[in-house]
Amino acid sequence: MTAGTAQAGGLSRERRPETAPLPSSQLDVVIWRSGAGGRLERFSVPRAPSQTVLDVVTWIQRHLDATLAYRFACRVGMCGSCAMTVNGVARWTCRTHVDRVAPAGRLELRPLANLPVIRDLVCDMREFFDKWTAAKGAFVPTATRRDPPARVPPASRERRHADAAIECIGCGVCYASCDIVAWRPAYLGPAALNRAWTLENDVRDGARVARLAAVAGDAGCHACHSQASCTERCPKHLAPTASIAGLKRLASRSLFERDR
Amino acid sequence: MRTDRAARGSAHWRVDAWLWLLQRASAAVLAVCVAVHLATIFYAVHAGLTAQAILGRMHASIAWPAFYVLFVVAAAVHAPIGLRAVAAEWLGFGGRRADLVAAAIGIALLALGLRAVWALAR
Repeated sequence: MTAGTAQAGGLSRERRPETAPLPSSQLDVVIWRSGAGGRLERFSVPRAPSQTVLDVVTWIQRHLDATLAYRFACRVGMCGSCAMTVNGVARWTCRTHVDRVAPAGRLELRPLANLPVIRDLVCDMREFFDKWTAAKGAFVPTATRRDPPARVPPASRERRHADAAIECIGCGVCYASCDIVAWRPAYLGPAALNRAWTLENDVRDGARVARLAAVAGDAGCHACHSQASCTERCPKHLAPTASIAGLKRLASRSLFERDR
Repeated sequence: MRTDRAARGSAHWRVDAWLWLLQRASAAVLAVCVAVHLATIFYAVHAGLTAQAILGRMHASIAWPAFYVLFVVAAAVHAPIGLRAVAAEWLGFGGRRADLVAAAIGIALLALGLRAVWALAR
């Protein structure tokens, strides 16, 4: 569906549901562009019913400026590729209806904050994933294929903790929303720490001692001030703040245990 | 890639974890001390106590000086740890520099605070 066509989806005018009159038929869109040290460029985009911000960006790239660079993939809220800053807030553009964030018909689009920019609305995610690695955010197996499957009760405390945080798809919205990431460049960030928490709660994992050492320092969980911007912005409604609080508890307990 | 020594998995995470724990523990102590201190000030003002009367109460037993020593120690632990984080986040001080600033402030608070308690109690 593009913003320009009126009869999208093959529905005739008579059968289309009644929609409220739009405030104006055009959107005033301001987009950050690289080049010349960075500048804001203005575009005028026709409004359409149920229009998302991704629809707007796509329309601009197709009809007004083919050089506009932006990321998307699934366009249905599953992959997190389309994350960018919409009117000051990090969001998934495919899941952001224009009516919700721009009632006055004005949109300002910038790349995700706290990350280097490659071009226009595309940011370099390497630092985000490097910190994931530094936080030891990968499962380390202890069993082999010859062992029987691990028996992990879903209702056990540790599995409930892991399950509550496991759905992260690494979109970077939390990282872009975090003040501590902005103030302390070495901070591992909410996503990496959230993933570390799920693995610390995985009873099958063999690297839990080393991982706690990796995430329990000043650049790790202790740098978090529980401001909870990550929790507020996470498009999957996860709570990295809670996961990080869990890591703080784990680290404190480990100080009093013998061989951690 | 910008990660520091703690992310590389050294035992320094224990120091950072202890500092975090001590800051919270000292905060708990301070919550009580501040409440008692405020209540005491309100009482002293309402009862119209003179400076001489207050000094007399400080000299009467070891309890008040002991309370204020605890207060000073808790503050000398709590403030520097917090300021260390502020120095790193707002002034961009690296680990070493932030540690030194924090230690200096902690020593200064301890020295000035204990000196004040001694002056009132002796």
